[in-house]
Amino acid sequence: MKNLTIFDIAGRAMSAQQVRLNTIASNLANANTVSSSADTAYRALRPVFEAEFPAFQEGSGIATVSAVDIKKSDVAPEKRYAPTHPLADPEGYIFATNVDPNEELVDMMEAARQYQNNIEVLATAKSLMIKTLSVGK
Amino acid sequence: MKAIDNLLAPHANALSVRQKRMEVLGANIANAATPNYKARDIDFASAYGQAMSGRSTLASTATGHIKSATGSAPDTMYRTPVSASLDGNTVELHVEQLQFAENATRYEASLQFLSDRIRGLRTALRGE
Repeated sequence: MKNLTIFDIAGRAMSAQQVRLNTIASNLANANTVSSSADTAYRALRPVFEAEFPAFQEGSGIATVSAVDIKKSDVAPEKRYAPTHPLADPEGYIFATNVDPNEELVDMMEAARQYQNNIEVLATAKSLMIKTLSVGK
Repeated sequence: MKAIDNLLAPHANALSVRQKRMEVLGANIANAATPNYKARDIDFASAYGQAMSGRSTLASTATGHIKSATGSAPDTMYRTPVSASLDGNTVELHVEQLQFAENATRYEASLQFLSDRIRGLRTALRGE
């Protein structure tokens, strides 16, 4: 990776938050999905964020962030007794997803806020740069 | 030329340090959700002192030395969090936003001073 400018830093952070928002949307969309076995039940997706330090600027403290991986939550899916359900297994159980909508909504608000923060950084940097271009006029 | 440099250097150096600090604070805000990320900051006074004394670029003391292309970055230090979060992240958004806003305002102030000095020089040159 080459030198990072403030635009790269904020831009990549926005991409990472976008990944996070996508996983939240996927989780919420599947909040009511049921399945006939614990293995096939939908599991909440969680992005893994990691700070990215460009080798060229090591020690300068400048780092951006990237979503390096998306992991499935290992909370066990909820086993529910519903013998009349079309997806019920031979014992009459269905497996509901382990998505907690409350948790997702809180996470969504946080992601949206942090996305906005990065836009704010971008807007400030941009307006300062434009002002710098007209210095001395 | 030296006189003009002396006139403009204080604010020009302030601008470059402010810009560096803006990048560091921007990196903190970008990593607000990264586990184990430690927030950093630049001490403006020492970084500015460094820039003014010309130590921001590597000194070439022998003929074989290659001049550094970018100049070394000012030293960053880790921020002491008011209340650290459980995931080891020490970014506190309100603190970062405050510092970022302050830094941006001071950048603008330096820009204004620089602009005024250039305008002053122009006026002197024209002799109006």
